[in-house]
Amino acid sequence: MGLGAAGCGSNTGRGGSAPGSLQQWYHAYGEDGVHDAVLRYAAEYPRGEVSVQWNPGDYDSKIVTALQNSAVPDVFEAQVKVDWVRQGQVVPLDDLIADVRADFPAQVLETATVEGRLYGIPQAVDTQVLFYRKSRLAAAGVRPPRTVDELIDAARRLNSPNGKGLFVGNDGGVGVLGGPLLWSAGLDYLSSDQRRTGFDDPRAATAFGKLAELNDSGGLLLGAPADWSDPSAFIDGLVAMQWTGLWNIPKVAAALGDDFGVLPFPRLDAHGAPSVPIGAYGAMVNAKSANVSAAKDFLRWLWIERTDHQTEFATGFGFHIPARTSLTDQAANLRSGPAADAVRFTREHAHLVGGPLWSSAANSALSDALFRIARQGADPVAQTREVVAASDAELKRLHG
Amino acid sequence: MSTRPRRDARDFWLFVGPLLLGLIVFSYVPIGWSLYLSFFDARNTVTPEVFVGVGNYTAMLTNEAFLSSLVTFSAFAVAIVPLTYVAALALALAVDRVKFAKAFFRSVFFLPFACSYVVAALIWKTSLFSGVNYGLVNSVLGAFGIDPVAWTGTADPPLYWIVLITARLWLQLGFYMLLFIAALQRIPDRLYEAAWLDGAKPGWQVFRYITLPQLRGTSVAVLLLLLINAFQAFDEFYNILGDARGYPPYGRPPLVYLYYTALGSGGQDLGRGSAGAVILSVLIAVVTLVQGKVLGFGKGRDR
Repeated sequence: MGLGAAGCGSNTGRGGSAPGSLQQWYHAYGEDGVHDAVLRYAAEYPRGEVSVQWNPGDYDSKIVTALQNSAVPDVFEAQVKVDWVRQGQVVPLDDLIADVRADFPAQVLETATVEGRLYGIPQAVDTQVLFYRKSRLAAAGVRPPRTVDELIDAARRLNSPNGKGLFVGNDGGVGVLGGPLLWSAGLDYLSSDQRRTGFDDPRAATAFGKLAELNDSGGLLLGAPADWSDPSAFIDGLVAMQWTGLWNIPKVAAALGDDFGVLPFPRLDAHGAPSVPIGAYGAMVNAKSANVSAAKDFLRWLWIERTDHQTEFATGFGFHIPARTSLTDQAANLRSGPAADAVRFTREHAHLVGGPLWSSAANSALSDALFRIARQGADPVAQTREVVAASDAELKRLHG
Repeated sequence: MSTRPRRDARDFWLFVGPLLLGLIVFSYVPIGWSLYLSFFDARNTVTPEVFVGVGNYTAMLTNEAFLSSLVTFSAFAVAIVPLTYVAALALALAVDRVKFAKAFFRSVFFLPFACSYVVAALIWKTSLFSGVNYGLVNSVLGAFGIDPVAWTGTADPPLYWIVLITARLWLQLGFYMLLFIAALQRIPDRLYEAAWLDGAKPGWQVFRYITLPQLRGTSVAVLLLLLINAFQAFDEFYNILGDARGYPPYGRPPLVYLYYTALGSGGQDLGRGSAGAVILSVLIAVVTLVQGKVLGFGKGRDR
């Protein structure tokens, strides 16, 4: 009935939401209270009717399918894909943030920017840091690692009959340490103009080779029941250090009190730099929406004007950093301890993981190469060359 | 009288129609559309515009990752097909000869077949073969003073195969055992009596010259089913070795590779994914036909 009525809508003829109403999609957040909160935000919108759809399961695939030919959803959260921009499936949103652009850190805006135009309003920022157990390091006489070699050494020395030194995922760090290793050497996924591969450099192979050293050190925990994104290996004492998300700080603090600290991923050497990765879902507008301008108005209201909603959305349920600097400064639970350290790292050392122009084909090539280097003893130089070739081919496809 | 055929036809379409419609809408149209997509550059779209001819096929057939996934499948099939065949047959012979609680033993071995592959994979990954010292297998090893082993994370030597193969074996053994038990029960006793009268020794000689030939038809069907099932390996591989960030290049069968290519969250290359699916379908059809021809599927029967 609803679909039929919408299909006969007088002004578009394209179906979708009923005239005057908007449909908004979220993926299913795991934290209690978020769903109720976003329903409340939508209900409070004064200039129209907004219905919220909560999407459990494979949200990314669902959005791709929905954007093909449908006017629904009008607004949705996602990570910007360059193919969506090329195919005209999403609309630029630079005008929405024009007045407050300076309040968004440049790297955060970069998560949703393709060739200079912004396609998503960053909602909340996530990062990953190295958690370490102060007492275990002190007992072993190990100082918190400041270089990659110190990290490898610490992982080895923190081994004990009761636990391993470090947990960076069951894949030995292949999935999460690719970016940090590149940044540790002062390199990046892509060049600053986004037109070339950013690591066609011998130092990339050196950095990737460190992952093999880490895996050969005997200090890594592998095959844990839960993967790197879950803090249980660290909380249960299976490891003295773990690379995991900022979102775990409340759970770790509840279990270990103040017996832990956080660090950025260390630098490779004097020419490199410490780093933390950042990621952010952006609020986007479907170009096929029956009412693009109403959809943009709603996004402006929710993600620019209603700063109270934005702060609550980021910090009221889970543990994320608000996308805007001014709101981060006001968030009470980010002002002290390891959380404040993590916020500082994101200001000083944040990098974007890949970015919209880093394609999944290039990422698969990188991931496969890192596996071969880390776990099968493959030559880092040859493997890095193969990734660069795959990435160059993808960039050529994207840029012509 | 004259309305009878019409009513028969109506009843036929009443029952068959919805099924046929479902088959067309949910199977044939997607297969046809997939074939169409395989000739286009279709990234993040199912309505592509750029025709690339056989470009996607060339890309997949020269793609090292796709080709290595076929090697992975071959390694899996070479291990799991004979292993399941021999174990299922042995189990069927053992259970068939049990003098008491036959139904109990049959049920015990058949029950794992009712378990979901996903659930079994998670149990294997997190309880039996987890890499921590309290994983079941590592606990046993620990009792002998052996350090915890990262079963799913060790590619050299390829210990992850132990996890994958034992999981699949546990899940499917009971079903094939049941097929063999049914076949064993159809072998007439008089054959064994005749063999006994002719002086055949019970045990290997009777099995070799009476039982095994009588199971020929069932054996051919079992081998065919095992091979096709091996080709379709996805659930346990995906859930044992994959995680939110991706999947290691080792132990990656074709369906898992195609899933990441066509439906991966980073970017959906439906053109190449479809080309890979077509290549795989042709391969399965050819292998099945060849195997059927070699083993004489449809000709052999339990005598």
